[in-house]
Amino acid sequence: MKPAASIVLFTTIAGAAQGVAVVLGLATLAGHAPGAGLSPMLWTVVGLLVVALAASFFHLGHPLRAWRAILMWRTSWMSREVILLPVFIVLVAAWAVQSAIAPSQRSSGQVLALFVIAGAFALWYCTAMIYVCIRFIQEWAHPITIVNYMTLGIASGLVLAGALAVLMGEQEFAARLAPFAVASTALAWFTRALSLRRNARLVPKSTIQSATGIKSARLVQKSMGMTGGSFNTREFFHGASLRALRCAKLGFQVLAFALPLLLLGWAQIAGSGSAWALALLSHSLGMLAERWFFFAQARHPQNIYYAVVS
Amino acid sequence: MTDQQPVPETLAKQLALVIDLNVCVGCHACVTSCKEWNTSGAAGPLADFNPYGAKPTGTFFNRVQTYEAEAFPDTQTIHFPKSCLHCEDPPCVPVCPTGASYTRKEDGIVLVDADKCIGCKYCSWACPYGAREFDEESKVMTKCTLCVDRIYDELLPEQDRKPACVKACPTGARLFGDVKDSNSEVSRAIRERGGYQLMPEWETQPANHYLPRIVTQAPGSSAPESP
Repeated sequence: MKPAASIVLFTTIAGAAQGVAVVLGLATLAGHAPGAGLSPMLWTVVGLLVVALAASFFHLGHPLRAWRAILMWRTSWMSREVILLPVFIVLVAAWAVQSAIAPSQRSSGQVLALFVIAGAFALWYCTAMIYVCIRFIQEWAHPITIVNYMTLGIASGLVLAGALAVLMGEQEFAARLAPFAVASTALAWFTRALSLRRNARLVPKSTIQSATGIKSARLVQKSMGMTGGSFNTREFFHGASLRALRCAKLGFQVLAFALPLLLLGWAQIAGSGSAWALALLSHSLGMLAERWFFFAQARHPQNIYYAVVS
Repeated sequence: MTDQQPVPETLAKQLALVIDLNVCVGCHACVTSCKEWNTSGAAGPLADFNPYGAKPTGTFFNRVQTYEAEAFPDTQTIHFPKSCLHCEDPPCVPVCPTGASYTRKEDGIVLVDADKCIGCKYCSWACPYGAREFDEESKVMTKCTLCVDRIYDELLPEQDRKPACVKACPTGARLFGDVKDSNSEVSRAIRERGGYQLMPEWETQPANHYLPRIVTQAPGSSAPESP
């Protein structure tokens, strides 16, 4: 598949924002929420979600008709995601307002935190199912994709929450997050590595023989029916070399996981704020590469029909 | 028929094409005829970019591809027309977030309502055959309509109420009819000539079928195997 910048940005930014919301929610439930920093951090989450939503609009041919996408929630995971995202934004915003005007009301804050945690996980589930439910894109069609959207989102959320806490002067909160950030980054690396291992061993179910029904053992395409390309050649091929793909695979693991692990360890030991910032920078670049690779690695069976131009 | 069993969830009628790979000569008449009809019909206009340049590209509902089977001296060239297969269980329809993609209950044709399509392209991802093409000019998803604006048009003479591609084929490689009617020309062709579906592994139940090539033996040559 050809990775679309709009979707790469949408899924990574929204994933990180959901992660921060979950981190703040769990911290609130555990009674360790940041004090004055809570509300601005929640507003940051709202801002990121709005940016992500805006990015998703760039994927549409007719953005003004986007409201129609709420209609088919009975069958379409995309429809469910489209409904849930604004609901989630409103929930986070409501909590941000509550934490600013009535920070002393702990129970209402905890109820909102619970709703926000549930909303974040439901949204991850919907996002992942958009890909998982396409049964013939074998790289995606596995529950590990759902796990990864959640573990990667939580890791992004912890790194971002720590950096935000440092920025807002909540050093103590950041210090408390550091070990969790290390653990979640390691977990995300592990679950993502599981899917990389699975994908490396995949045997495509469709072959040129099953695609054409011509049973000959030697069967090659001589013409795809056009010379100048079509939607089929533009949408489903990433166009990057095998080497670029390998670089992306190694690169996202270094940038999103390995480097942040070292930097987070440093942040924990030295209590360094700049280590958090560097970890966030590295992790963000890594996650963009990860999501690019997620799409680029998916081999669509329609590509069998578009192998040769002549 | 008297022994009718109640089969809900199944369409009583399913229009489809049956394509005879045995006689397709790869002339692309169906491609141009399809484009001509549909660019000026209910589904049009269909985009054309750089039509006289080095890299022309645009929206087509139908393509003819070419494959080569076996090895010299038994090499065979097989021309392979490819369009939407109008699956009975189309994976592209339930994923559509707006309901723009739908299956017509009365005849099983899978269509896109261009006025409801938001151009998210998700349906094209959910089609294993690559049958859908996003129109870069109108910014909506397009696909073969089985010439739904033609086959029921009572203003046309009865023999013309067929998809444009079927009418255009000079060798009669394209049959059109109801695959649920066991007495129809298409059902008989499927039954008697080994008609098959593409990518059966994904259980999409394509309505369109293909008739396999039958390799005829040239006088004095060794018997080649069927491809």
